[in-house]
Amino acid sequence: MSVNAIEFKDIEKAFVREDGGRQVILNKVSFTIPAGKTTVIAGGSGQGKSVTLKLVLGLMKADGGQIFVAGDDVTNARGNRLKELRTRFGVLFQGAALFDSMTVFDNVALPLRERTKKSEMEIKDQVMSSLEQLELYGHENKFPAQLSGGMKKRAGLARALQLKPEIMLFDEPTTGLDPVMTQEIYQLFARTQAQVGYTSIIVSHDIPKIFNLADQVIVLNNGDVDVFPSPEAIQWSQKPHIKAFVKTTMGTIYQSHLVEQ
Amino acid sequence: MQQNSIARLGSTGISAVTDLGRMGFYLLQTIQGCFRRPFRFAEFMRQLNFIGVGSLVVIFFTAASTGMVLGLQGYYSLHKFGAEGMLGSAVSLTLIMELGPVLTALMVTGRAGSAMCAELGIMRISDQIDALDCMAVDPFRYLISPKLLAALISVPLLTALFDVVGIAGGYIAGVQLMGVNPGSYFDGMRTSVTNHDIWLGTVKSFVFGMLIVWICSGRGYFVHQIRGVGFGARSVSKVTTQAVVMSSISVLILDYLLTAILI
Repeated sequence: MSVNAIEFKDIEKAFVREDGGRQVILNKVSFTIPAGKTTVIAGGSGQGKSVTLKLVLGLMKADGGQIFVAGDDVTNARGNRLKELRTRFGVLFQGAALFDSMTVFDNVALPLRERTKKSEMEIKDQVMSSLEQLELYGHENKFPAQLSGGMKKRAGLARALQLKPEIMLFDEPTTGLDPVMTQEIYQLFARTQAQVGYTSIIVSHDIPKIFNLADQVIVLNNGDVDVFPSPEAIQWSQKPHIKAFVKTTMGTIYQSHLVEQ
Repeated sequence: MQQNSIARLGSTGISAVTDLGRMGFYLLQTIQGCFRRPFRFAEFMRQLNFIGVGSLVVIFFTAASTGMVLGLQGYYSLHKFGAEGMLGSAVSLTLIMELGPVLTALMVTGRAGSAMCAELGIMRISDQIDALDCMAVDPFRYLISPKLLAALISVPLLTALFDVVGIAGGYIAGVQLMGVNPGSYFDGMRTSVTNHDIWLGTVKSFVFGMLIVWICSGRGYFVHQIRGVGFGARSVSKVTTQAVVMSSISVLILDYLLTAILI
């Protein structure tokens, strides 16, 4: 893998509003995401955090600019090239996006059945081993509706990890979870990242807790982007909107934590 | 003010053309998905059961009622001219060429098409379709193509059932209740119904089967991109209603066009 897992170069993205007007989400933004590290993408609602993930995955096309994944220009990837690109990624969606008509086992087995030539016996072994690691053993025959929020996220994570992705994308992974479960999920991310060695990109509102995992922080604001090489670097920014962001999202808790450090 | 109206009109026009293009591409992808491997046989059978077997009861009752009404109405009209012997021809031709394919398509739209649209709409808003995309699993092959194949098989078969039950209903009303000669009922049918009439009804039912899946599943699949329907659960309910209305109107329009072209 190259040093940068992902690179955005002058990316532009805008949407047409219901009234026919244009809403700019990303205005020629450029940044890189280092391989093997954890990058947190933060920002207010509607600032383009999820759009950024969808652009990386090719679920949306940029209006301008280039996107590189491990050095390959994938901006206009289509067909088999797009398919090949997506096999490098694992995604954990906000609501886990489990197929509600399938059991946990079938959900986790889906990528193996569809994307590999493994036998049912091999698939069973791999899935059960994953479920055991993620503390879902014994719940394999349950349907998503029978699981708690945390269990759904773990099942979603198990499914995303089946094809051993190079890059994991987490879209607001702790939304709707209580603080204890949130902490458990973060520990799980750290543990699986250490085991699999993937690059991690986390879109989250859960600040400052999520900064404990971050190696780099990207803040999106009104179409622009600010990149900080570490979570601590945010508080030294002189930009007014970053100062406001630090004040509203982190308050004094994180600042005192930094002083202690 | 005038400029705003023109801008809105232009925006609506662009949106309609975009929508049509998107739906055209969607149909193409769905047809291609039928030939991609691995074929999902279990899902195909499930859809065949849902669209075909699940619609048997509603088709049976609609056909029986339609056939009996046709038998009664036909008898009263033909009796005025002393032509009751033509009842078999009238009932069978009406059912085979027009009412069978059209009413079957409308019933399948209401029962299975709406469910198809809502299912895909919910999968879309809960990121399940995006999840398939992200796993590099083709959602057309995985989700839509089995529905299309099942509809292409089950809608013509349901239409055939509709025709048979409708003709039997016409027999009960015309022959058993009103006293038309049974020999003339079946003989009139045998002499007036040609292979071309059956072919016309079959072609219509194939086209309607494809149309139902195309419109109903397509509206659900693109629920996030359709303007003016809002978001979340409300968008799914609105799009489902739209899909049933659009599909039903399209069936009626296409019925006229196919009759005009193929008769």
